Amino acid sequence: MIKTEKERQATEMSYDKYDFRYDTNDYQIIFNRGLNKDVVKEISRIKNEPEWMTEFRLKGLKSFFEKPMPQWGANLNDINFDNIIYYMKPSDTNKKNWDDVPSYVKETFDKLGIPEAERKFLAGVGGQIDSEVIYHNVKKEFEEKGIVFLSMDEGLKQYPELVKKYFGTVIPYNDNKFAALNTATWSGGSYVYIPKNVKVDLPLQAYFRINAADFGQFERTLIIADEGSQVSYLEGCTAPRYSSESLHSAVVEIIALPGSKVQYITIQNWASNIYNLVTKRAFAYKDASVYWIDCNLGSKVTMKYPSIYLLEEGARGEVLSVAFAGNGQHQDAGAKIIHVAPNTTSTITSKSISKSSGRATYRGLLKVYPNAKNIKSSVKCDALLIDKESRTDTYPTIEIEEPDATVTHEATVGKIGEDQIFYLTSRGLSEAEATTLIVLGFVQPFTKSLPMEYAVEFNRLIELEMEGSVG
Amino acid sequence: MYGEIKMTTLEIKDLNVSIKDKEIVKGLSLKVKQGEVHALMGPNGSGKSTLSFAIMGHPRYQIKNGSILIDNESILGTSPDERAKKGLFLSFQYPSEIPGVKYSNFLRLALNSLRKAKSLEPVSVIDFHKMFKEQIKNLGIDDSFASRYLNEGFSGGEKKRSEILQLSILKPNIAILDETDSGLDIDALRIVAENINRLAKEENIGVLIITHYQRILRHLHPDFVHVMVDGKIVKSGGKKLAEELEEKGYSDYVKEVIAE
Ligand SMILES: Nc1ncnc2c1ncn2[C@@H]1O[C@H](COP(=O)(O)OP(=O)(O)OP(=O)(O)O)[C@@H](O)[C@H]1O
Ligand SMILES: [Mg+2]
Repeated sequence: MIKTEKERQATEMSYDKYDFRYDTNDYQIIFNRGLNKDVVKEISRIKNEPEWMTEFRLKGLKSFFEKPMPQWGANLNDINFDNIIYYMKPSDTNKKNWDDVPSYVKETFDKLGIPEAERKFLAGVGGQIDSEVIYHNVKKEFEEKGIVFLSMDEGLKQYPELVKKYFGTVIPYNDNKFAALNTATWSGGSYVYIPKNVKVDLPLQAYFRINAADFGQFERTLIIADEGSQVSYLEGCTAPRYSSESLHSAVVEIIALPGSKVQYITIQNWASNIYNLVTKRAFAYKDASVYWIDCNLGSKVTMKYPSIYLLEEGARGEVLSVAFAGNGQHQDAGAKIIHVAPNTTSTITSKSISKSSGRATYRGLLKVYPNAKNIKSSVKCDALLIDKESRTDTYPTIEIEEPDATVTHEATVGKIGEDQIFYLTSRGLSEAEATTLIVLGFVQPFTKSLPMEYAVEFNRLIELEMEGSVG
Repeated sequence: MYGEIKMTTLEIKDLNVSIKDKEIVKGLSLKVKQGEVHALMGPNGSGKSTLSFAIMGHPRYQIKNGSILIDNESILGTSPDERAKKGLFLSFQYPSEIPGVKYSNFLRLALNSLRKAKSLEPVSVIDFHKMFKEQIKNLGIDDSFASRYLNEGFSGGEKKRSEILQLSILKPNIAILDETDSGLDIDALRIVAENINRLAKEENIGVLIITHYQRILRHLHPDFVHVMVDGKIVKSGGKKLAEELEEKGYSDYVKEVIAE
C-alpha cells in the first residue's frame, strides 16, 4: 500500500462538517497575544471573581512559568506560547434561550446539531465558543430535582462555597505544566452538582468549539456527584482548520461521593492543527463508580490520561478509550488508575488505530498502594496498524506494592489481515470499505458503550478518518 | 422465458498459478456456464483451493500463465470486489473471522455494493431483515446470527451454513463452493445441499463444487465431474465418475501423473 503524493494528500481528513468559521469582528473582547500576570488578572477582573480565585490563578501562572516543558511524551517543543491569544469573548454569555444567542453563534450550534440533540435526548446542554459559554440550559424537570449544571464561571458566582471547597483539590494548581496553565487562564467549562440520591436518566452535554485562530481554549470542569447520585456527562469538541496551531488545555475534576456513579464521555474531534493537552482526574469514594469513556480523534498532538483514584473501599473505576492517529498526528493517550483502598476494582481498555504517518502511544499507570488488599484490575491495550508507515508504542507502567492484588495485563498489536480483506472484498466491498469495516469492528467494544446517537456519530467520524486511506 | 437472458460463462484456460514462486496449478482448463453444476475432486494438496482463490483474485496468488475469462473477457488484474460485481462468488473452505463486525450489517453492505454496481437501489434495513429472516429459516440457522460478529466463534458447521446464507442473499451467477460439505452433520448436509440445489435452479447459478465426498453429489446431481491431481485436471466425466472415484480412490490417476 505505497501511496503516491496525490493519494497521500487525499488521506488528509475531510472535516467539511466541522470546518467552518466565523470572523471575529463582532467579538466583544479579544486579548493581545501572549501571557503574563496582567493577562491573568484581567481575565479574573472581567469575570468579577473573588480574590481567592485571582490568587489561585496567579499561583497557577507562577507554576506554569517554573515548570519545564515535559519531554517524556509527544513533541511539544514547537508550541509558541507568545503567539497564543489567551482570552476571547464572542458575545454575551450564559443565555438560556436560543433566541437570545447571536445569529452566528446559533448557526455554529445548529451546524453541530446541538439544538436538535437537546430536544431529543439531553437533560441539559452548554455550548462554549472560544473562551466563553454562550448558551446554557437545563430542562425544567431536571432543574426541579436540584441538579446544577452551569458554566464554571456561573458556578463560581452562584456556589462560591462549594467551588472553593473542591476547585483544584483533585488536580492541584501545580500538578503539571498544562494544568498550571489552565489554572491561570481558565474560562468556561462546566460546573455540575448532582444532589444526594438523584439519578439523572438523560445525559448532560457540553460542547466546546474553537472558532478563532492562534487561540488557547482553557475550559475548566468540576463535577460533584453527591452520595448515591448518578449522572452521565458528555463533551464534544471541534474546531475549524487553520494553518497555524491552537492550544486546547482543559482540566476536568470529578468528585464521586459514596455510592455515586459518574460517567464522563468525550467525543473529541479536533482539527489537525490543535495541541490537545488535557488533565482529567476523578476521586472515587466508598462504593462509587467512575467511568471515563474517551475518544481521541483529530488534533496534531493529544496528551491525555484520564485517571481515577480509588480512595475508599468498594470504589470502582473504568477507563475505555479509543485513539485514532491519522497522518501527521500523535495520539499519546492512556489511563491511570490508583488503588489506594482495599477491595477496589478497575478496568482499562484502550484501543488505538494508526494510519499513514500517524503514531498512537498508549501510556498508562496502574498503581496499587501497600495494604490495598484484594484489589482487582485488568488492563487491555489493543493497537491496530493500518499501513506500513503507521506506528504504535505502549508504555504501561504497573506499580504494585501490595502482594495480595489480582492484576491482568494484555497488549496486542495487530495489522489488518490480507485474508480478512480478501474475504470482505470477495463479497463486493471495495478495499477501502473493507478496511473501514474492520476498523469499525475493532473499535466495536468502545462503540457499544456509547449512547446510540453518539455511536452513530462516532462511526461516521471513523469513516471520515478512514476515507481515502487505501491507495 | 421473456426476451434474451444473458448467461454468464466462467472460462479458465491453460492456467498456471504460483504461490511464493512455487507452482501449484499447472496448466488447468475448465469452463462453467450459468445453470451447470460441476464437481471438482482431487487429493489433498492438489491445488483445488488455490484454483478457487486465483479465480476470485486473491493478491497472494500469482498467475504465471493462461487466462481467466468471464463472458470472453479477461478478469486478470481486477480486484476481488470487481469479480464479485461480475457475478462470481466463493464459499470459503476456511472463512476469515472479522471481530466486531455484525453479520447482518456486513451482509447488507455487501448486497448493496453489488446492487450499486448494477445501478439498483440499495435495500433498506427493514427489507433486508425480511430477506435475511427468510433465508436463515431455509437454512435452519438461529435468529441470533444477525447480531453475531462475522464468523467469530462460529462452529465449523455454522461457518459452512453461513457461507451458503451469503450465497442465498448475494445471488451470484457463478459460485465456487470450496468443501462446503465438510464439517456438516448429516442433517445439515441435507439442508445445505437442498438450498444449493434450490438456488442453483431458482437463480440459475452455475456451481463449481469442490468436494471429497459422494454424499453431497448425490443431492446435487452434477452435470460434470473433474478430477484434479497435482495442479491439473486429469479426467472429466459425468456423475458416474464420482461414484467410481468413491469406490476406487484417486490411485489410478495419481499413478498416471507420476508415470508421466
Ligand atoms: N499460502 C501458502 N503458502 C505456501 N504453500 C501453500 C499456500 N497455500 C497453498 N499452498 C500449498 O499449495 C498446495 C495446494 O494447496 P491447496 O490448498 O490448493 O490444496 P487443496 O487441493 O485445496 O487441498 P485440500 O483438499 O486439502 O483442501 C499445497 O501443497 C499447499 O501446501
Ligand atoms: Mg482446499
